[in-house]
Formats: sequence, C-alpha cells, structure tokens
Amino acid sequence: MQMIWVEIFQSILKSIINFLNKNKMKQIKFLSTVLLAGLLLTACSKDNDTPEQAHEEELITTLKVTLTPSGGGTAILMEYKDLDGEGSDTPVVSVSNNLAAGVTYDGVIEVSNETEDPAEDITEEVKEENLEHQFFYTSGGGLDVTTSYSDSDDDGNDLGIEFTLTAGAASSGTLTFTLRHEPTKPNTGLSDAGGETDIAATFDVTIE
Amino acid sequence: MRLYSFLILLLCSITAVSQDCNNTLSGTVTDFHDGSLMVEATLIVAGTEQAVQTDSNGKFTIQNLCNDTYHIQVSHPYCLTKGFTVKLSGDTTKNFLLEHHLEELNQIIIDGKAYSDKTNTMLQNNLSKEALERFGSGSLGDALNSLSGVSSLNTGNTVVKPLIHGLHSSRVVIINNGVRMEDQEWGAEHAPNVAINSIGNLSLIKGAGVLQYGGDAVGGVIVAEAAKVPIKDSLYGKTLQTLSTNGRGISLNTELTKSYLNGWHANIQGTMKRFGDFEAPNYILSNTGVFERNFTIDIGLKQFEYGIEGYYSFYKNEIGILRASHLGGARDLIRAISNPKPLIINDFTYQIKTPKQDLTHHLARVKGFKRWGGFGKLSLQYDFQRNNRLEFDIRRGDDRGDASLDLELDTHTLLLDLDTHLTKHVDLKTGIMGRYQSNFAPNTGIRRLIPNYDKYDLGIYTIAEYQLNDHWFLEAGVRFDHTQMDVYKYYRTSFWESRNYNQLFPEIVDEELNNQVLTSPELNFNNFSSTLGAKVVFNEEYKLFINYSLASRAPNPSELFSEGLHHSASRIELGDLRFGSEVGQKISLAFQKENALFGYSINPYIHSISDFILIEPTKVEQTIRGYFQVWEYRQTNAQLLGMDIDASYVFAANFRYNHQFSLVKGYDQTRDEPLISMPPVNTKNEIVYQNTAFNNIRLALQSEYSFRQNEYPDTNFEVFIPETGTSETVDVSTPPDAFHLLNFNSSIDFKVTNESTLTIGFTVTNLLNTSYRNYLNRLRYYADDLGRNFSINLKINY
Repeated sequence: MQMIWVEIFQSILKSIINFLNKNKMKQIKFLSTVLLAGLLLTACSKDNDTPEQAHEEELITTLKVTLTPSGGGTAILMEYKDLDGEGSDTPVVSVSNNLAAGVTYDGVIEVSNETEDPAEDITEEVKEENLEHQFFYTSGGGLDVTTSYSDSDDDGNDLGIEFTLTAGAASSGTLTFTLRHEPTKPNTGLSDAGGETDIAATFDVTIE
Repeated sequence: MRLYSFLILLLCSITAVSQDCNNTLSGTVTDFHDGSLMVEATLIVAGTEQAVQTDSNGKFTIQNLCNDTYHIQVSHPYCLTKGFTVKLSGDTTKNFLLEHHLEELNQIIIDGKAYSDKTNTMLQNNLSKEALERFGSGSLGDALNSLSGVSSLNTGNTVVKPLIHGLHSSRVVIINNGVRMEDQEWGAEHAPNVAINSIGNLSLIKGAGVLQYGGDAVGGVIVAEAAKVPIKDSLYGKTLQTLSTNGRGISLNTELTKSYLNGWHANIQGTMKRFGDFEAPNYILSNTGVFERNFTIDIGLKQFEYGIEGYYSFYKNEIGILRASHLGGARDLIRAISNPKPLIINDFTYQIKTPKQDLTHHLARVKGFKRWGGFGKLSLQYDFQRNNRLEFDIRRGDDRGDASLDLELDTHTLLLDLDTHLTKHVDLKTGIMGRYQSNFAPNTGIRRLIPNYDKYDLGIYTIAEYQLNDHWFLEAGVRFDHTQMDVYKYYRTSFWESRNYNQLFPEIVDEELNNQVLTSPELNFNNFSSTLGAKVVFNEEYKLFINYSLASRAPNPSELFSEGLHHSASRIELGDLRFGSEVGQKISLAFQKENALFGYSINPYIHSISDFILIEPTKVEQTIRGYFQVWEYRQTNAQLLGMDIDASYVFAANFRYNHQFSLVKGYDQTRDEPLISMPPVNTKNEIVYQNTAFNNIRLALQSEYSFRQNEYPDTNFEVFIPETGTSETVDVSTPPDAFHLLNFNSSIDFKVTNESTLTIGFTVTNLLNTSYRNYLNRLRYYADDLGRNFSINLKINY
C-alpha cells in the first residue's frame, strides 16, 4: 500500500519538475504574474464601503410585568428597560403602583427588544422554545408575597410567563424576575435550576 | 553535473601536450559562503593527474605546469566536487571557491548546526523534531511549555497560548516558515494556528532582539521551520500515530519528502487529530473535544547560488469550549465558583457543540533567493494569509447555530532581505517589508468585537554583526516601522459619550444613528526599535550573552476597539481609541556552560515597559441580564524581573538529570501593585535513561512543580443578591493552590528494514491523577485541569 502511494507521489513530482524545466520562461511569467497579482491586490483592494450595522437580534432590552387583581381593578405595571444593552447607561425601572395587602394578582410577563423597529417580541421566542426556558420569581428584603406558576411547557413543567401573585401583609422589599436559559427541568427553584441567566430584573415593591 | 565535468576532464586530457612546463599554480581554496579557508581540499589536475592537498591555511601549490588551459577538479569531504578551468601564463595565482554543501544542508550533520541561530547575542532555546514528536498529539503551546521561561495562558486544555517571560498575545511573534503569523493573535483565547507536526525545528528567542522579524516582539519570537531537505537523490517519509486515553483520541500524521541532486525537492505532510471530551480526575469536561486537520505542500529548487520555493499550508481546527464556562452574569459566576464541580457535566461524546471555535488558516508563500560570492544573498518573499475565525456562542431563536463572531483577516506581505559580508569580520543584514491587512466582519446579529479595518505597514531594518576576535562577537541593529489603520466602527452612543469621544474626536463621526455612532478613525503609529548585544566566548565551554533590546508595539485592534460582552469570560471588555504604542526595554544576560556531562545556563533579565497595555476590572455594570464585571484596557508603566535556570548532568552511564527553574515577577509601577496573570514560579526535574546501544531505549520520569502565585492584584467585586437583600463578594482573583505533577515518557526503536525504523513510545501524563487548577487557565473557575492520560506513539520512518 505504502509503495503505491510513494510511486504515485514520485511520478507526480517528476512530471511537475519536467514541466517546470521545459517551461522555464513560462515559469518566470507565471511567478511574476502571481507576484504582480499580489501587489495589485495589495494596492487596490481598499474599498470605502461602510460596513452594515449589526442588529442585535438577541438583545433583550425590556421586561414588562402586568399584575391584574383577580377581583378586577386597576392593573399594576412594572417595567425594567435597558436600551443600550451592555452599554454604560443604567436600566430604567418603574412600578406604577403599590400592591394591596391580601390581594391576589394574575401576572403576565412580556419581554422585548426595543432597539428593533418595530420592537421584537421575545416572549414569542420563549414560548416557542418553552422547554429551554423558565421564569423564576424571588422576593427579598422582607417582602411578603407568594407566587405560583399558571402555565407549563410542552412537557408539563413550569414555564412562568403567566403566574399568580398573592400579596400578604403590608411590607416592602424586592421582587426579582429571572429568566433562565436551558435550566434543569423540573427543579425546585433557582438554586438547583442551573442554566444561564438571560434576564435578572429586580424591582422595589411595597405592599400597603 | 558530475558526469558533465568528468567528460570535460576526459576531453581536456587529450589536449595537454608538453611544452615549456615550469610554471606554478598557487592559491587558496575557500568557502563560497563565508570565505573560510578549506583545509585538506584535494586538487587534481586533469591530464597530468597531479594531486595536491591544501594545507592548514587553505593554501596549495601545483608545480610543473605549462602555459596552457587546465581543468582542475577540487574536492573536499564536506563539499560537492567542482571542476574549474584555469588558463596559465607564467606563475599564476588562483582562488577556488567551494560550496559548503553537505554540512550546510544535509539532515545528517557531521559538524555544526542544521539550523542557523536566529540571534547570536541572546540565548536561544530549540526544540528538535524528536522532542516535538513527543507532543505530536498536543499543540504548539504544549511543546513550548516544556522550555524554561515559557508558560502558557490556557482556555481549557486545547487553547494553549505561549507566554514568554510573562508576556503573551501580540507581544509574542510567531514566524512559521519565514512568514509572520497573522492569525488574530491579539486575543487571550486565540491559540496560534500552527500545526505542530509541520515543524522540523522550533526556536525560541526570549526577547525582541531579532529585528528582521519585526520590532514589536516585546515578549519574544518563536521561529518554526520545516525540516531541511538534503541536496541528493532521496525519498523518505514518516508516519506518526498517537492514541490517547484521555479524550479517547487519535492523532495521525504522515509526511513524505523527495529530493534530487539537482536541487529540486518536494514535501507533503498531513495531520488529522480528533479528540472527544477530555476528563479531569473526577469528571468529564463536557464539550472540550477537538478536531484538527492540516496539510502542507512545499516544492522548491535549492542550489547554492539561487533557489526558489513555493509553500502552502492549510490549517483547520474545531475546538469545543467547556460548556460550563458559558455564563450569563455575575450571579452565574458566583454559582460556578462556589460549586466544586462544573455546573454542566454530560456523558462523553466526540461531538463538539456550542460554545466552540472553528478556525481556518491558509498560508501561501513564494520565495526566491540569489547568492553572489563575496557579496551576499538577496531574497524576495511574498506571502498571503487568510485567517477565518468563527466563534459560536449559545444563541436563541433564528440565530441558533449561527456564529456569534465571524472575522476574516487577510494579510499580504512582501519582504526583500539582503545579507552581505561587508568585510571578513562584518556581516550586514538589511531589509524592507511592506504589508497590507484587511479585516472583514460580516453582520452576525451581534455587535462586532473587532471592527472592519485596513492596515498598512512599512518596515525597514539593518543589523550589523561584528566578529571582533575569537572571544568577542558584537551585534547592533535598528528598525523603523510605520503603521496606518483605516477603521470603520459603530460605537454605542452611551459609550461614545461616556468616554468623551464626542468632544475629542468629533471629526471622525460619519453618521449618528438612533443609539449608535458610525465612525471612521484613521490611526498612525511610528515605531522605532533597536538591539545591541555581545557574545563573549571564554573558551569552548563557557559563554556569556549580553543583550539590550528596545521594542515598540502599536496597540492591536482588540486593545483599541473592544466594546462589548465577552461570553467566554462573562465580562464586558472595553478598549481605548486614545492608546499610543507601548515601548519595552529589556536587558538580558545569559551565562552558559556547554558540556556533554554537566552543562547549565543562567539567564536573568529585567524588562521595563512604558505604556504597557493591560486589561483589568474597573467596575460592575447592571444590565437586564444582571451584573457584569467591566474590564477596561489601560496603559501603565510595568516592570518585569526574572530568571531562568537550566541544568543537565550525567550522573551515571546512560543516566541524565535535567533541571529547569523559571521565575518572573511583574509589577505595575504606576499603581504599585502586582501585574495580573503572571506565571507562578515553577520547576521541572527529570531523570532520563537513554541507551543508544540497546535499541535507543529512552525512559524519562519528570516531576513538575508549580508554586502558588502569591502576588496578584485584588480584582474581586460585589454583587447584590435579591434573595437575601445583601451583597456578596465574587472572588475572581485568588489564585489556586500549588500543584505537583508526575509524567512518564518512554520510547524504543526497532529496525524493520535497512531503511525503515519503527519507534514505539509510551507516555503517561499526570501519573498520580492529581486534581489541580492552574492560575493561568482562564477556565480555572469552572473546572479542574486534565486528569491522567496514557498514550501510545507509533512512528515509522521510511
């Protein structure tokens, strides 16, 4: 096997050498063409085309949470917006109203990329890839709320775009919405969910 | 050729008829190349068959010659025999020049070196083909790591970047077969795109003193050369196969060389390397496989006086990046650091998924040279390189499976070099370099990490070498480089304004978009570099090298333009448009004793770098994805001090003890704190048994000890944890503990036929299966380093 391969190689080589020996003039011409081509490329390839602006299709700029009291009434709107992504501007956070003690709210989360025109609805993507996503709700700093999932993914595990939130006694603290990409499902919460954080938005919330 | 001269000799012998024949022909036989005198060269006069030999001064005298034309054949053991025609009228003096062929070009070296030194006033480390073959299934960085003063900056175990005396990336210039690698070497997680199996000899110069390769090698220069091909009719090849348990991989390399006496030669070489997930002692490192393919073709004509060569190499490598290292923000980092195991461990697979790198490098070179006796050698080289780098992150939606980063870097270089012998003792090397480079980054749906740019370089250098006497050799060189960069970059408006660029550079703004600014900066850098050195040869054993070098490096595109999230590091990196060149001044001394029984070298150095560019954490930025640490590039004055020690001692027949010790300390003088990512002190001790009489058996046991790095800047930061309502410290700066590894290496040769040898090697790395983490591994937060590996090497030379 090895000998055949050696012979083939040798014969190819011989023919190349014969060719080059016979065609010395051509060879010089060829080489100068290669060199010239290189030089021309060097000299002429500067183009003044401005590069296309990169649209950050996967950027998430905005998280909106709408809390509608189950018994009816004015919905509470929470918004977390960071239009320059990883840029130096700090996110703008707003909560329209305080929560009322003892009230149960139906919650809906919307995420979008507002640098696109029109704004891209990323909630749709999360729904499409529901097996690989999950929202988590964390209260901190003494805020007395309980949450539960109202929706599930295609395998019947929690997804969390829709949820129920019950406000307990009057208190204040933080409420954090976390979106994990590729978490372990099912899980008991953030601590054993794993995956990567796509969103971690914290709101200051008061129950009165 | 030989036949031809023989015929001439035959023909001439007929014409030699006796006349007035009392003339003397005298003269010298010298080496065409360096003018050295050839002792014991034989001269035969055709026709009379008179034969004489040159004396110890290279002189000869042939008596009783007529006023006629004679043909004289001059031969020497190290040279190709050559015929000369001499017309005599009276006593005549004639100098014959011989080509010092065999010694210079053959693989088998009778006396001297096969590969010329790249520098004469700095200690140069070399890795031979045999040593490189032991790393055949690893990477270039792994092989270099075995030299003193070199460590590596790793991203996992497959992205291995050489670190010379504490410096890396753009500060280390890699010359691959005469071509300066332009493979986006600026990034800390960009390994050199050089296939280790294509290298015949690897030289390392720990400093900037080799100006013909560039003036910006603040850290050092690595020169990889293909194996030399002899000028004779021959055909030989080699097949090397390595099987390894860790990564369950195979590496297959085959090589074939054909050469002719007329100087034509050709070589082809190909490698395929495939590994699945590697393993730490206690778990699988998921998604760390590697799939490398490369080949090289080299065809050329090499005569002593002229030569031409065409070379092409193709390199493709797909590298998996540890799955558990892909994070979304500082809280994920806390989870990863506090967990003793990687957050994601899957079953073993050969499949390489995201995150991964997919690299392609093409290199084509055409080179020609012409040599004139007594004047020197002129060479012209054109080379073209295309480097395509694809980095895949974990993406969502329609972009899933698309590369996040796609950069295509094209480089054209034209080099004209002249080596001349000014006088017998003075050599002058001079040259000019022109280079054009363009970087093109298509829209991948993610902001460009490196913007589109065109770069023009012009360099000119002169190096003089002076052999003062038998003891002193002096070297001095200067180089000037001009660099121009034309860039197109989209800046985030918020960043543009926070850096005050809107006040400083309003003239470069082309267009203001809703939250971005399109700019076209034009940057110019003029860099001066120089070297001054001496080599003192005390006697055959003792030598001293003294070298001062000044190197200037223009900032690279990453240092100037980075602006965005770096996933593999989970941090935001910001460059600075205002940077100027960094200038390093290094004084290095090396004292060497060369002796087959006991040899050593001690190499201390001091390196001051002004406007040293470094990246360090400055703040924490809040985004919708949580907190990210912001790392900003900054210029400072740095000082590095260090020492390398190598020693080798034959303590019993066939037993050798090798010792290596490297120490480097780096300080930021402006801030008065240690520099980040400086290699910890390390020492290697090895016992080798080698017996050439018994199948050239070689057994080596090596101990490698790496101390803990105790000097490091504190770059920890605090992150707010909503669950507890408190802040937690993210410890990203504390170095891991010291570690000790044992490695075993063995090989034995078997003669299969007269012309072919089979070498079988058996190697164990991390013999004790020690769990350890390396300070210089960027993935040390997430997982342990490699566990034990057994590998078998089979090599057939034919």
